[in-house]
Amino acid sequence: MRRVVITGMGAVSPLGMGAEANMRAMGEGCPGISDLAFQDVERLDIRIGGQIHGYDETSHFSRQEITLYDRFTQFAVLAAREAVAQAGLDIAGERSGVVLGTSGGGLNTQNENFRKVFEAGKNRVHPLVVPRLMNNAAASHLSMLHGITGPSYTVSTACASSNHAMGQAFQIIRAGMADTMLTGGSEAMLCFGGIKAWEGLRVMSKEACRPFSLNRSGMVQGEGAAVFVFEELSHAQVRGAEILAEVAGFAMTSDASDIVMPNVDGAARAISGALRDARLAPESIGYINAHGTGTAANDRAECEAVRRVFGPAAQGVRISSTKSMHGHLIGGTGAVELLACILALREGVIAPTINFDMPDPACDLNVVPNVAQQAGVSATLSNAFAFGGLNAVLALRSAP
Amino acid sequence: MANDIANKVIAIIAEQAMLTPEEVSPKATLAELNVDSLGLVETIFAIEERFDIQVPFNANAPGDAAFDISSVQSIIDAVEKLVNGAE
Repeated sequence: MRRVVITGMGAVSPLGMGAEANMRAMGEGCPGISDLAFQDVERLDIRIGGQIHGYDETSHFSRQEITLYDRFTQFAVLAAREAVAQAGLDIAGERSGVVLGTSGGGLNTQNENFRKVFEAGKNRVHPLVVPRLMNNAAASHLSMLHGITGPSYTVSTACASSNHAMGQAFQIIRAGMADTMLTGGSEAMLCFGGIKAWEGLRVMSKEACRPFSLNRSGMVQGEGAAVFVFEELSHAQVRGAEILAEVAGFAMTSDASDIVMPNVDGAARAISGALRDARLAPESIGYINAHGTGTAANDRAECEAVRRVFGPAAQGVRISSTKSMHGHLIGGTGAVELLACILALREGVIAPTINFDMPDPACDLNVVPNVAQQAGVSATLSNAFAFGGLNAVLALRSAP
Repeated sequence: MANDIANKVIAIIAEQAMLTPEEVSPKATLAELNVDSLGLVETIFAIEERFDIQVPFNANAPGDAAFDISSVQSIIDAVEKLVNGAE
């Protein structure tokens, strides 16, 4: 079977610009959640998030590009530019593709233009609103910018979008449909309409994201993107590329139960499926990047699922939620979180779960509270369990 | 007034439970009425809209005492407190 490796990575998140900056911040347990700043924020109950402050789109893009690039597209373009540069290859052609995850797509564009027609009473919006807001805009721009003419599309499965996208990119290379893929995800939902909708669910925290901590108070949103170059192993070896990690396995399952409540069985089947696909035993997994949203429902179900699959090995595995630092990037979250897995594999640094105050007996695993741990890790898992009961788990292994 | 609030709250819960108001006993819990977590969030939204109040409720800690949802009566009491507090 064709093997797939990662040869480039790029990221933009509240933890920093660039994959290295993000990994360094994760390793240091840096908090990236702050007061939200945008129009009408004073009308929200929820006023914190992993917002990228000080971001100036005009310093990265021309006026014409900004006309076409919603914030979520901009993040994806920046992350992809970095990933392709690191991989050091010409990715153009029909043996390459793009699969990106997003949930909200151009939500800022929708928000701004709804405001114009509903609130300001305007009867006309910019002619390029539709191509700017569409969920596939980021994937399409990456294909155009890099001359990629193979299979390209967007996956939208809420909080699992990025993991589904990266799993698809992995399968496309495995199946021989392409040799190199740009993949990951992007999200920019931090605007009045975006947060107002989430408030209704009553699952958002007003104070902090505290996964696995008994005093948790809910999830906190973030924004940003991460994009990776996935490449067929021999393709990378022939050109002498630096291999960051191997994508060893992937599995996806559906709960078929509830539209918002997590399901232990669906999560456990995705975790065990990824292990089986990667031919890895639970004992060989040194780190799990948890979905770890900081809601009681998720955290307890996720720990139960890990215990069910890992058995006695559950007590030995380290499992942390970096959402405590960057927030929940929804459709982009799995991509940014894969950086924590690469950090563990390459540097033996296990990013912590910050804001951890007190253990929850229902989450009695090694959740790496507050401070990074050092450990030699040769294989990792990254969990994503979406609203709608759609689960996607990726397994990575050290570079061969 | 108090009776009026009780009737309105019961009507909201009855609608979520797909029952008539007469079938909703004040002693009943939401679980007994088959109102699940989504139904609860919708119930609270309906209460906020009906009475023009803010209900302090976080689905992560539904048992928190800020807004007692342990029974229909406890919800009525909590709403009465919020409505009277707002006056």
